[in-house]
Amino acid sequence: MTIPISYYLILSAIVFLTGVVGVLIRRNIIAILLSIELMLNATNINFVAFSEYLQDMGGQVFVFFALTVAAAEVAVGLAIIIALHRAKDSINIEEFNLLKW
Amino acid sequence: MTFSPGDLFLILPELLVITAACLVLVLDPVLSSSQKDGLAWLSLGTLAICMGLIASQMNHAASAFGGIVIIDAYACFWKLLLCFVAGLTVLLSHTYLREERLYFGEYYGFVLLSLSGMMVMVSAADLLTIYLGTELMSLSLYVMAGLKRSEPRSLEASAKYFVLGAFSSGILLYGISLLYGATGSTRLPAIAAAIAGRSLDDPLLLAATVLLAVGFGFKLAVVPFHMWTPDVYQGAPTSVTAFMAVASKAASFGAFLRVFVEGLGSLKANWSAIFLLLCIATLVLGNIVALVQTNIKRMLAYSSIAHAGYALIGVVAAGVAGTQTGETNGITAVMLYLALYAFMTFGAFTIVAMLRKGGLDGDEIEDFTGLAARHPLAALLMLVFMVSLAGIPPTAGFIGKFYVFMAAVEAGLTWLAVLALVFAAISAYYYLRIIMVMYMREPDPLTAASPRLIMSPALSIVLACAVAGVVFFGLYPGPLVNLAGHAVLTFK
Repeated sequence: MTIPISYYLILSAIVFLTGVVGVLIRRNIIAILLSIELMLNATNINFVAFSEYLQDMGGQVFVFFALTVAAAEVAVGLAIIIALHRAKDSINIEEFNLLKW
Repeated sequence: MTFSPGDLFLILPELLVITAACLVLVLDPVLSSSQKDGLAWLSLGTLAICMGLIASQMNHAASAFGGIVIIDAYACFWKLLLCFVAGLTVLLSHTYLREERLYFGEYYGFVLLSLSGMMVMVSAADLLTIYLGTELMSLSLYVMAGLKRSEPRSLEASAKYFVLGAFSSGILLYGISLLYGATGSTRLPAIAAAIAGRSLDDPLLLAATVLLAVGFGFKLAVVPFHMWTPDVYQGAPTSVTAFMAVASKAASFGAFLRVFVEGLGSLKANWSAIFLLLCIATLVLGNIVALVQTNIKRMLAYSSIAHAGYALIGVVAAGVAGTQTGETNGITAVMLYLALYAFMTFGAFTIVAMLRKGGLDGDEIEDFTGLAARHPLAALLMLVFMVSLAGIPPTAGFIGKFYVFMAAVEAGLTWLAVLALVFAAISAYYYLRIIMVMYMREPDPLTAASPRLIMSPALSIVLACAVAGVVFFGLYPGPLVNLAGHAVLTFK
């Protein structure tokens, strides 16, 4: 028995929305980074599911690139967060108030 | 997908830029700080060679790597503009970084890496390449925004840019994945073929279009996805701000037009309605909020938001126009607008970068008080840029607005052109305020340190290029109009 494509899409939509809501309501910048990762991984679920459904390898190739970019993004993001933590002793975005948000 | 070595020759400009970037990153630690100027000259030399190569590719369209990259006059137009702006950025940074005591050789590496991402974006014909180009551009820009590590404002700008940039990339990527599911391909021509004759009744296609519009909305900084712009533009080092405001906006428009006109062209009745709303919101909010700013970088940030709104009028006109000519005119107007906007905005940011107050940026509007009395030439140049940004003839800004409004009128959107004209008149208020402050107000004799201007031959070249572009294309726009018109013909 195969699992219908809609199940995958619903799962990925739930994961994606969790990520979006996380970015919007969390105040800890590490938690925000994790939420962004959730959004990117929801995309990967979509790509793999569609790739299997359409019998097309293009989607799986895309996943490899998306994973690599996500890793690069986290590396840059964490570097910025460390620099910010050194300057401000905080990773709570409410305290980043030198510029009007 | 087949690979032929000839494809590498087609992407030679990108390869050269990436090679130079790697070379800069490798050479940076081994050079002594007095030799780091060499890195700037290396970058400039590479950019000059690239511009020559790109100009030679202008006349023959070709696609490489099985159609994921396309080199046509449209891509070459944007690439020439981007390389030119990157060259100006290197020249501006050369003096500005020394003044800020930022002796990072890798700065030039990031400029080049970011540029290579932009070049990939504008010549991509596959959503995968567009995504990779966007990320390469953005990741380098996040780092560049936070380069002033001793300054918490700069780090804060970098963090905000990173969070909202990564968030928007996530949305863009989700849109791409849905579009892949709806059409079975990420290749733009295949997507166009798959959705021909379909409407937005398909929920997958509807969600994909909306998510792509939101994702690109963040990159283009249109209202309501603009909230990162003022903070990032204010906090980032001014040379980086100039680069972001001009180059990343131009590259995003290049990729955006490719995706929506070429890939989703048959849905244009639907997406032009979305962009019409965004366009009106952008014009209204960008211009009104700019009125109350006291920091000139923030004011120019809102002004750049408003200018994205004017450029969007061309996109909407291209979407609404029933005829092929109308569509071509709309796209030509957008390309022309972004090219002319590059000269005036870069010039304005250069003057802002030059004004220093006690070792810091003199970036409050008050710092311009009485500039005309102390530095008449700089004040005159700022006057030209402000007049041009306001769209007053005979400057480049007027020509840009003229073509955009003409495209709107031809597409039957006369009311939109009138609305934009009203907001252009409102915008004149905040641009002319700078001129008023410079020319008509005496500096307060009680304030201790009056701002000073930094000068260097490199900065003179930047200002000369910017003002020459503004005045020359304002009086004689023919060559640029022809170039943009010629470039659009290869589009689609």
